[in-house]
Amino acid sequence: MSDEPFFPFLMSILPHLGKGTLMTVELTIISVGIGVLIGIFGGIARVSKRPLLFIPSTIYVEIIRGTPLLAQLFIVYFGLPSLGINLPPFTSAVIAMGINSGAYVTEIFRGGIQSIERGQMEAARSLGLSYLQAMRYIILPQAFKRILPPLGNEFIAMLKDSSLASTIAIAELMRVGREITSRTFRSFEVLAVVALMYLAITLPLSLIVRYTERRMSVSD
Amino acid sequence: MIRLEKIYKKFERLEVLKGVDLVVEKGEVVVIIGPSGAGKSTLLRCVNLLERPTSGRVIFEGIDITRMDGREIDRVRERIGMVFQHINLFNHLNVLDNVTLAPVKVKGLSRSEAEHIANSLLARMGIEDKLYAYPSQLSGGQRQRVAIARALAMQPDIMLFDEPTSALDPEMIKEVLDVMSSLVKDGMTMIIVTHEMGFAREVADRIIFMDNGYIVEEGSPKEIFSNPKEERTVMFLSKILY
Ligand SMILES: Nc1ncnc2c1ncn2[C@@H]1O[C@H](COP(=O)(O)OP(=O)(O)OP(=O)(O)O)[C@@H](O)[C@H]1O
Ligand SMILES: [Mg+2]
Repeated sequence: MSDEPFFPFLMSILPHLGKGTLMTVELTIISVGIGVLIGIFGGIARVSKRPLLFIPSTIYVEIIRGTPLLAQLFIVYFGLPSLGINLPPFTSAVIAMGINSGAYVTEIFRGGIQSIERGQMEAARSLGLSYLQAMRYIILPQAFKRILPPLGNEFIAMLKDSSLASTIAIAELMRVGREITSRTFRSFEVLAVVALMYLAITLPLSLIVRYTERRMSVSD
Repeated sequence: MIRLEKIYKKFERLEVLKGVDLVVEKGEVVVIIGPSGAGKSTLLRCVNLLERPTSGRVIFEGIDITRMDGREIDRVRERIGMVFQHINLFNHLNVLDNVTLAPVKVKGLSRSEAEHIANSLLARMGIEDKLYAYPSQLSGGQRQRVAIARALAMQPDIMLFDEPTSALDPEMIKEVLDVMSSLVKDGMTMIIVTHEMGFAREVADRIIFMDNGYIVEEGSPKEIFSNPKEERTVMFLSKILY
């Protein structure tokens, strides 16, 4: 099998790599989705004047961003069972990556919220809107538009980092690639194809991000 | 309607208001003038507690609102309209939505009731043909008139204006002042900070001259402009009126 010429060989492994890619994308979408949910509230907490919101959200961001995702992944998958909490690999990965992404997205939202001129909040409050109503109807919609590019970058980063989930037996793209390697011993070709498949997703995305960035800097 | 009692305001170590007392009766038009940094904006922002006085009381319709909790203050702010120097229209909303947002979300009006009010206010402001334009598509004068409509849509008991024409090109100042004059004719209670002395003389029941955190002098436009008693008032007016 390993003497097969490259193209037939590529054709034979592509369906497997395709499945792995789907898993990678799925993992990333769910994780960043969780990250955005955490990030909206985290971002609001980070700009709050209330210590009860500001301090825990700051600690969360610092801990997550100051430790490796791989360590976080292992803590959830290998560490929690010793506390009696057993989670399947996919759930573990999504939890660890979602919490990880949440910290980065929190900072993205914080920056977005703080980039909205103070007068917007003041005008809203002067009309009788509560702080949270002002956030919801005035600040966040404007902030959200501005943070689309950094959110896109976060998605790209998470897509690449999701390869770490290969270490906890999830059949995402990296894992599938390594399994094929160990069966066929054609490491270079297989891993190069794997890398190209990541690139095939990240490159268009980063072009879109750059395009929207440029359009926004023109419009405001 | 509004009574400010011994208002002090400090930012860090900078004392900006140094014991200001001010009463504004229903239907009265009070114009505040004074040099830059006098504390005019800060005083105005204390009226609706956008700025919290360091000490002193703000009495609105007989109730001390500085003691209220957040929700109660929100209810009071509904009744105090504010217009800003930097206009602060909601950039992501069109004209109609700018004006209807608070009536719907805060007062609980239905969309159609709110639009009905908005339409007639915007017509009065002369912007009936721009209902679906976004703020960035309007001139400064149009934006400020929308902002006035936005504040009026809450049907406030009093309107605060903080230099509403200072950020506008000269040719747009008149259209905004005209709208404000028409509010005066309707009997709206107003506190106006402005450098437009001609306008002040015309509409004010009372002029307040502020400097350095104090009310230095107050009186009718005639008293202040024709016969100022304090030296600082004289100096300020001579600089601004040539
Ligand atoms: N949020 C703030 N933090 C710190 N200092 C402030 C703040 N707001 C106002 N100040 C200071 O308080 C002083 C009075 O400001 P204020 O805006 O009330 O003056 P003003 O009379 O409205 O002047 P202008 O005519 O320039 O608008 C100024 O020295 C200003 O720098
Ligand atoms: Mg001012």
